[in-house]
Amino acid sequence: MSQALKRFNTTLDIVDGVVDLSHGSGGRASAQLIAQCFTQHFENPMLSAGNDFATFTTTAGRMVMATDCHVISPLFFPGGDIGSLAVHGTINDVCMSGATPWYLAAGFILEEGFPLRDLDQIAASMARAARKAGVTIVTGDTKVVEKGKGDGAFITTTGVGLIPPGIHISGELAQPGDVVIVSGSIGDHGVAIMSQRENLQFETPIVSDSAALHEMVASLLHSRASIHCLRDPTRGGLATTLNELAQQSQVGIKIHESQIPVKPGVAAACELLGLDPLYVANEGKLVCICAASDAKKVLDVIRAHPLGQEAEIIGSVVEDAHYFVHMETQFGGQRIVDWLAGEQLPRIC
Amino acid sequence: MKYIDEFRQRELAVKLAAAVKNTANPDITYRLMEFCGGHTHAIFRYGIQDLMPENVEFVHGPGCPVCVLPAQRLDMALTLLERENIILCCYGDLLRVPASNRKSLLQAKAQGSDVRMVYSTQDALNIARKHPDREVVFFAIGFETTTPPTAIAILQAQQQHLKNFSVFCNHVLTPAALTALLTTQDQVNNSSLKLDGFLGPSHVSSIIGSRPYEFVPKYYYKPVVIAGFEPLDVMQATLMLIQQINQGRCKVENQYTRVVTPSGNIKAQQITARVMQVRDSFEWRGLGFIPQSALQLRDEFAAFDSEQRFAMPSDTAEPNAEHKACACPDILRGLKKPTDCRLFGKVCSPENPMGSCMVSSEGACAAYYSYGRFRSSQNTSKEQVA
Repeated sequence: MSQALKRFNTTLDIVDGVVDLSHGSGGRASAQLIAQCFTQHFENPMLSAGNDFATFTTTAGRMVMATDCHVISPLFFPGGDIGSLAVHGTINDVCMSGATPWYLAAGFILEEGFPLRDLDQIAASMARAARKAGVTIVTGDTKVVEKGKGDGAFITTTGVGLIPPGIHISGELAQPGDVVIVSGSIGDHGVAIMSQRENLQFETPIVSDSAALHEMVASLLHSRASIHCLRDPTRGGLATTLNELAQQSQVGIKIHESQIPVKPGVAAACELLGLDPLYVANEGKLVCICAASDAKKVLDVIRAHPLGQEAEIIGSVVEDAHYFVHMETQFGGQRIVDWLAGEQLPRIC
Repeated sequence: MKYIDEFRQRELAVKLAAAVKNTANPDITYRLMEFCGGHTHAIFRYGIQDLMPENVEFVHGPGCPVCVLPAQRLDMALTLLERENIILCCYGDLLRVPASNRKSLLQAKAQGSDVRMVYSTQDALNIARKHPDREVVFFAIGFETTTPPTAIAILQAQQQHLKNFSVFCNHVLTPAALTALLTTQDQVNNSSLKLDGFLGPSHVSSIIGSRPYEFVPKYYYKPVVIAGFEPLDVMQATLMLIQQINQGRCKVENQYTRVVTPSGNIKAQQITARVMQVRDSFEWRGLGFIPQSALQLRDEFAAFDSEQRFAMPSDTAEPNAEHKACACPDILRGLKKPTDCRLFGKVCSPENPMGSCMVSSEGACAAYYSYGRFRSSQNTSKEQVA
């Protein structure tokens, strides 16, 4: 940090300053923003080398790469912010393959006038989330768009990782007879965001479940259970993820409404907002499809992790030429859980 | 959740389902129309149809405010958006409804128009306060349930001298629609609508009360049971209707006693009457022009009436042609099922709705598309096994 300061005549005004177009020009101002905001928080030798790339040595094996764009509003929400979310989201995308996440690249698109204080807070949050997950942010890029052409800050994170030998987990591997497990209550993240947007107050504050799930996945792999599919049900929620997996594996999925964990506050907020929690986003949950013979073992492993204490077996994989996801309602009736058509819009009455 | 979970208990549902099965006469087919989209939603969301015997059939009525809004009114809103300086506020599920040129408010938004989804009229008022240099138009739709909040917003705008707020009023009236339904004819078969009873609206009735439905049993000999929107409400009201039919009784009964009274919410009715008056005629998608079936702002509130303020074209012209093959008009009147439509599931789907019944999750076609396809596939599988 002290070395970085010597490169510039001034110090970035993190308290009252704002992003301006010069910060995206590639000149001294850009270098100063990177050095005194990002590098300071993300500090590691690969980033400090100052290249437009990061080099790292790999052992032989199957690499995984995933990228995730984050355009969330509001940028700060109960339980997290766009920074930690950008780290967690990509780590989760990488580790759902069974891989151990290693490195992240971060791309920032900032809007002219965005407060540097907020940017610094976001960078610090990213750094904390990455450190906690044992992942390093090794390269990145920053662009600035004119005021009115962005929404404060957009972040794209790309992650790489390595799949341990002998692991083969993928969305097309679900088989009839398999069991479907969800690692905890659904809809927390989406409801936390919407409550913030609509300025709704609840007796029990609803916070985002934003979290990195690589440790939980590692524990699952360590258990040697027969895991066929893992996926984090983010945008579009549990319903969308189950439809994706059914389509990929060319199977049907039957779930039971009474077994799906939903926090009372989330259920109440969904009632109020006219939304279905099945379609509401999560950022710290996974769906695991495994052999029925290992279902209890998988459930125990997930529940043993602090982020998986509310895990439940919610259904099973069935043969179905139409690849339907359907649900036995708490009433005992049947309901198809279809793909979402467009955005989930609240009903008028 | 207090007051929610109590009305979603499986044990009670099982008991009610058994009661319906035991009460329904196997020699009779009961065709019961749930007027409201909220009931349609509950029937599909909770799989209520599955719990009913084969001879109890739900017919989905025109009580989905999004479904019955004619394309021409949307055309008017889209035309208004071509002006600069307009912020159009509307409820969520209106955004995807196709106008006569297939364009929706959501598409207009994507093309740069300032269209904003709101949860309440108060949101629209706040936007008007926040943007004094812009004209904020609230696209008001809905039955009697959503009308009082619109009226209150107009009174507040008047009191606060909010000069940049106006309402594009499309509020409609339930009893008039019921009358239109009951007098409808199946042009093809030259017969009247075949219905045995009505599940009466819940939220609407909380405002207007149960009395306005008295004409249905009196003049049309159809029983009405006002039902809440929770699944147990729907099941209990269904049982009550079957009992009335079996016993040859024909009256308005109220299952939703925890909310609905005979007179309704007098205060809300007074506020609505203070601000609005009945229109001579209004077009309903699928039902055509129905006399005295909608509301407009009274003359003294002309400054808050978008139609007058912006000289929007009147709606007395010929109704816009829907897609010629679209059966929404007959589906809304209970004359056809969604699966009877040639477009259903082929060119018309929730992703590409040709008619209004496919747009809202309350629409009969959207519900059938999600649920009916699954049911058909299950039935096909059973037949193949047999």
